[in-house]
Amino acid sequence: MQATLALEDGRVFRGKGYGAKGECYGEVVFNTSITGYQEIFTDPSYCGQIVVLTNPEIGNYGTNAEDNEATRPYIEGLIVREFSRVSSNWRSSQVAEEYLEQFKIPVLAEIDSRALVRHLRDHGVMRGVVSTLETDADKLVAKARGIPKMDGTDLAKVVSTKSTYVWETGERSHLPDEVVGFKDEPARFHVVAYDYGIKQNILRKLRGEGCKVTVVPAQTLAEDVLALKPDGVFLSNGPGDPEPCAYAVDNIRRLMGRQPIFGICLGHQLTGIALGGKTFKLKFGHHGGNHPVKQLHSGKIEITAHNHNFAVDPDSLPQSEVELTHIDLNDGTLEGLRHRNLPLFCVQYHPEASPGPHDSHYLFKDFVKMMEEWKG
Amino acid sequence: MPKRTDISKILIIGSGPIIIGQSAEFDYSGTQACKALKAEGFEVVLANSNPATIMTDPEIADRTYIEPLTREYLEEIIRVERELSPGAGFAILPTVGGQTALNLAIELSDGAVLEKYGVQLIGANVAAIKKAEDRLYFKDAMQKIGLDVPKSALVNNLKDGLEFAGKIGFPVIVRPSFTLGGSGGGIAYNREELLEVLARGLDFSPVHEALIEESVLGWKEYELEVMRDVKDNVIIICSIENFDPMGVHTGDSITVAPAQTLSDREYQAMRDAAIAVIREIGVETGGSNIQFGIHPGTGRMVVIEMNPRVSRSSALASKATGFPIAKIAAKLAVGYTLDEIPNDITRKTPACFEPTLDYVVVKIPKWQFEKFPGADENLGPQMKSMGEVMAIGRTFKEALLKGVRALDTGKKVGSEKIEPKILTQRLVTPHPERLSYVRYALRQGHTVKQLAKMTSIDPWFLYQLKEINDMQLELEKHPMESIPTEVLREAKRMGFSDGRLAGVWRLDGKGAQEKVRHLRKKHGVTPVYKRVDTCAAEFESFTPYLYSTYEEEDEAAPTDKKKIIILGSGPNRIGQGIEFDYCCCHAAFALRDDGYETIMINCNPETVSTDYDTSDRLYFEPLTLEDVFAICEHEASAGAPVGVIVQFGGQTPLNLALPLKASGVNIIGTSPESIDLAEDRKRFGKLLDELEIPQAPGAMAASVEEAIEGAKRVGFPVLVRPSYVLGGRAMVIAYDEEMVVRYMKEAVEYSQDRPVLIDHFLEDAIEVDVDALSDGKDVVIGGIMQHIEEAGIHSGDSSCVLPAVDIPERLLKRMREYTFKLARALKVVGLMNIQFAIPRASVLESSTPLGGSETHPHTDRDGDKVYVIEVNPRASRTVPFVSKATGIPMAKIAARLMTGRKLREFLPEFIERRADLDTGRCYHVKSPVFPWNKFPGVDTVLGPEMKSTGEVMGVADTFGEAFAKAQTAAGQKLPTQGTLFISVTDHDKPNVTEVSRKFVDMGFKLVATAGTADVLEGAGMTVERVYKVKEGRPNAVDLIKGERIHLIVNTPHGVDPWFDEQAIRRAAVMARIPTITTLSAARAAAEGIAFLQRGEVRVQALQQLHAERTVRGQSG
Ligand SMILES: Nc1ncnc2c1ncn2[C@@H]1O[C@H](COP(=O)(O)OP(=O)(O)O)[C@@H](O)[C@H]1O
Ligand SMILES: Nc1ncnc2c1ncn2[C@@H]1O[C@H](COP(=O)(O)OP(=O)(O)O)[C@@H](O)[C@H]1O
Ligand SMILES: [Mg+2]
Ligand SMILES: [Mg+2]
Repeated sequence: MQATLALEDGRVFRGKGYGAKGECYGEVVFNTSITGYQEIFTDPSYCGQIVVLTNPEIGNYGTNAEDNEATRPYIEGLIVREFSRVSSNWRSSQVAEEYLEQFKIPVLAEIDSRALVRHLRDHGVMRGVVSTLETDADKLVAKARGIPKMDGTDLAKVVSTKSTYVWETGERSHLPDEVVGFKDEPARFHVVAYDYGIKQNILRKLRGEGCKVTVVPAQTLAEDVLALKPDGVFLSNGPGDPEPCAYAVDNIRRLMGRQPIFGICLGHQLTGIALGGKTFKLKFGHHGGNHPVKQLHSGKIEITAHNHNFAVDPDSLPQSEVELTHIDLNDGTLEGLRHRNLPLFCVQYHPEASPGPHDSHYLFKDFVKMMEEWKG
Repeated sequence: MPKRTDISKILIIGSGPIIIGQSAEFDYSGTQACKALKAEGFEVVLANSNPATIMTDPEIADRTYIEPLTREYLEEIIRVERELSPGAGFAILPTVGGQTALNLAIELSDGAVLEKYGVQLIGANVAAIKKAEDRLYFKDAMQKIGLDVPKSALVNNLKDGLEFAGKIGFPVIVRPSFTLGGSGGGIAYNREELLEVLARGLDFSPVHEALIEESVLGWKEYELEVMRDVKDNVIIICSIENFDPMGVHTGDSITVAPAQTLSDREYQAMRDAAIAVIREIGVETGGSNIQFGIHPGTGRMVVIEMNPRVSRSSALASKATGFPIAKIAAKLAVGYTLDEIPNDITRKTPACFEPTLDYVVVKIPKWQFEKFPGADENLGPQMKSMGEVMAIGRTFKEALLKGVRALDTGKKVGSEKIEPKILTQRLVTPHPERLSYVRYALRQGHTVKQLAKMTSIDPWFLYQLKEINDMQLELEKHPMESIPTEVLREAKRMGFSDGRLAGVWRLDGKGAQEKVRHLRKKHGVTPVYKRVDTCAAEFESFTPYLYSTYEEEDEAAPTDKKKIIILGSGPNRIGQGIEFDYCCCHAAFALRDDGYETIMINCNPETVSTDYDTSDRLYFEPLTLEDVFAICEHEASAGAPVGVIVQFGGQTPLNLALPLKASGVNIIGTSPESIDLAEDRKRFGKLLDELEIPQAPGAMAASVEEAIEGAKRVGFPVLVRPSYVLGGRAMVIAYDEEMVVRYMKEAVEYSQDRPVLIDHFLEDAIEVDVDALSDGKDVVIGGIMQHIEEAGIHSGDSSCVLPAVDIPERLLKRMREYTFKLARALKVVGLMNIQFAIPRASVLESSTPLGGSETHPHTDRDGDKVYVIEVNPRASRTVPFVSKATGIPMAKIAARLMTGRKLREFLPEFIERRADLDTGRCYHVKSPVFPWNKFPGVDTVLGPEMKSTGEVMGVADTFGEAFAKAQTAAGQKLPTQGTLFISVTDHDKPNVTEVSRKFVDMGFKLVATAGTADVLEGAGMTVERVYKVKEGRPNAVDLIKGERIHLIVNTPHGVDPWFDEQAIRRAAVMARIPTITTLSAARAAAEGIAFLQRGEVRVQALQQLHAERTVRGQSG
């Protein structure tokens, strides 16, 4: 099956189509993680984006029931160099291609994906179309230009849960339980998590640290959150531009100081705005599992998982209230902050990893500590 | 954290001679460490006995000691260095010299040497080294941090071993403590095997200790390369997955980077474990290699081992990712943290990150069992390969096929000998040919499932092989003329070589590949070049470290600078080792200084030549006509002049010289025609006749009859071999017709244009190696090296001494004269090597002991003949040795001559005085090192076929000391007292007394066989008589086994004794008793022992020795 990618600037790549027949539209971004394609497929933060994976061999270990970050894939489309027709791994329950086909996600493979990545690096992320139906370049480019821009769109409320639910299960080892006996600790804290597109591993981590988690829709009012009598509030990751999510910013403002707050990714950006800061769009974003992030107070480095196109401008933040806690060593962008007097901290990157290194798991412990102290 | 200021002097310990399990990778890492520390302003002192390395070049360290790597010599080096700078902060970096350096560091610390001289270890401390290297400590440590390991017990005797094996059940793995490359390790499937394997294992362990371990055969095997800094930042540089499952040493496995069949959860669990391990073991700074096994069915993960140092795998990881582990490790060792060190390739980002790959890397080992008949060719926990190739492709399939063609086996894919009868065995039991058998099995219709079951290779890998097989079948459907462009492109994207396509279309002989090339061009299917950049293109890359692939975009637009392409030597192998890489690097260094853009092509990940800052551009590509020509074309496309150097990389590039030239490539230096002429028996013979230079009578044969006839004509004994070989592959001395016939029938492949060569074998002749420089007009001789073993023992396997010690001046003169004549006749531009043989008769009057004064008349008798054995108008194995001895960088000068510069610019005085390069006051002895301990049961006799894997150099004021040093460095412990067993052939008998007396005078007892004993008693010496092996008991072997003998002089001759003595040699190797096979070597040993008896340990730095001579016109 022949497939074509057309970018809004007119560049076209032709290759083979896998997965679903059809067409998909979105902002084309690249991710440099070597492992974890299944987690990437199912990360709601990728809503509205077509993902290019720089690892040329994708699908090798298939897909399984445990490694999903959501109940379905959120990427609009997938672009790779080589897409494995078979899977080989003791945990694999389905070949990657079948999995994507089942959810109608088209795959473009066997193109010069490195050339595409270099193009995006030099010219910035841009809108694109992957089609297995249309081959005419001009038509496709026109379609690409017709796609609504990511900047200014609120996707959080699109992907957010429509109803409140409680999350019960903690982290599981990838080994069968008979190899490692495992059971969850009894929950000691109650966390209300705003779902702007939350990854399940965040929920697993929180539960693993002894928190019962109530997940609420993105637009839930601060009052309704407080009514749930939480010990802390969590602000999740999510897709799209933080700027238009005024409702979220407003709720965060009203929760600040009244509850310990921990935010990740979009949650961090929204907090930044709530604190009076500004966000801006990065040329081609950070998407990968190898970014060095420095803890400013200790000087220690964490290798971290990233997935963001926007960032908070540190100079826009009120120095008096806000302490910058983490920066990215590759480009110096802000990766974490805390409030000087209120129980509030957040990071731009993904301590829950999945996929990615586990160096930053400590942040979940910090959150629990913060809740303990708040409880007194 | 900034650089440490409490240290100012750092001693780096190298890894010594090239042996199986410790190859060029430690020259690469050691050189990087030296350069990095020197650049940081430290005073760098280097100790390494291997002269063929770049790291022992005088400019790499401040003081370089080419001395034996033993506790005694290192202590002396430390003493001297301490004396030179009493107050200085003095440290040793033991983590870049392999197992050798680690073990020495332990010895120095246990021997309180470090304390005594106030020296500290940096990189890894003693506690950490012991914890990692002692397999039992290590396992305890692992369990302490909750990691799983195979069940095991440490034993120091057979009984305990059997008992434990009984408990855990067979098979079991036996792994001696403190050995490298798994020496002495093995798998035992039953009690009998265990007795044998364990006995050997205990014997190999310096501490007589071995681990008996639960088998995890067939599990998936992985390696992670980890780095840690003083602030406890830890990063993973690379994950490596072994294609061959657990049970085959990683050094003998095909390996793949990055890991291909692990999900993120599984990979991160391994990453967490690796980080926990390096912390627990306590490697403060630097790199470590950690190996894991994973059960393919349950995912159970066990830790196999950790190497607390840079390793073969870290060299591979550096080349695979572009992250220079050794260089960074050195900087970490002196206090820097990862975030303070920039990433050379991206410049903007720090070294504190984890490289990500947008290509696949495959490493394939190269074995050479053909050189060791009788060796066990099955692969196991003990490494047996000599070298390796690495290939980069955008997919596993492409990388694998590039790797296969990079192996330079001379065989076409598909033309391997396959014996269907043993198919199952070959699939089940790991073996060098397994890949070919898998290919065959797929062709026969075996399914991936079946193969996975038999081989335990991961089905994903097997499926890739199946896709390759499917493509092969697809191709066979299309005649060349009507091949659809899409299919052709697909095949090339998959990595199919033009050669293999030519095979599909039954094109052979000259020009076959060219035909395919033209076809590709017609279809517009040509390669592009992409960069290795550590970051999958996320950031711009500033180092042109390149690989070819069949994609859309090219990232290697050639510059408009005048350029020189240097062809490397490919995988390390016997006869084509690190010496050639040394020459290639020197060409790159010199020509860069001369303002050329230097471009390296090589596929050997272990080497300095494939370090991205050795040359201006690095193409990590197979050295085949297709790949090399494509690069030449690409580089020429900008219009700037391009010259190609083929004479530095050994035989591999030489084989490409003519076809490249035919395709219009500009080969610089000695013309390919001259090189060819020197290789071509007929034409070269004619040339020698014209020049009136004698050569052993020779003949050529393309049939058994011709061979017999030829042998008779030139006279027995004869030396028979195929044409065009390096390191004397498949070469034998035939004493009679019957042997010639057997050889022709079994040993070689020959044809009309590749006939078998037959020479009269010059018995009892001294062999001499001569290296020379020439610009076509002027010639300077670099060195005349006298071999210690006689002609008939391959030049690469013979010890040699520079300057020559007892060759009469008139014969030296003659060799010079011949060398000059030949250099001019062959219009040599660059390097030339000649081997001569001088019948002992010519020297006999002067056969005073080596080194002794010589007196004899200047008459020109027929006995004065000097025969030419061979002429190599190219770099030779001895170039680095001569360069270190003379202080003149011959390879650099040679490279410059090839660009048109003249010898007079560099060595005018030597030309005027017609003098050889100056070797100063010292004697320099080069001695070979052999892999016998890896191939138990193989006959250790030396002959015209090269067997040694590496070499060492001994430098001293007297020949005796230099020889003793070289022997010590090579691991040959000459005894200083005890009993000498001596048995020589009749024509050695006249000279045997004089040697034996030396030993008697030194206090040795003599044991001899009848004939020899008669002579010695006749000369009034007391001798104990012993039977020959066949005569009866007790015989020599009994005495050896009874540990009554400490040194053996045994000069075999003629076919019968040659085989008769095998038993003695084998017993000797087992008992680790030095065996000397020539009288000249016996004399040398006598002088060496005389020195050892004085018990002096003296060292000298290379830089001092060089400074002593007024080195004229040295440049670069
Ligand atoms: N318990 C085991 N069962 C099966 N194979 C093993 C076991 N332990 C090691 N091996 C194999 O032996 C090889 C060498 O063992 P290793 O511990 O790495 O020693 P070395 O120091 O020589 O690298 C490994 O690469 C692995 O393939
Ligand atoms: N005619 C000969 N008489 C005695 N020894 C010989 C003769 N020819 C070759 N040899 C021995 O064989 C060795 C290898 O032969 P050579 O021609 O140098 O092959 P290679 O190309 O492997 O160096 C030589 O180093 C020498 O010791
Ligand atoms: Mg190992
Ligand atoms: Mg030779």
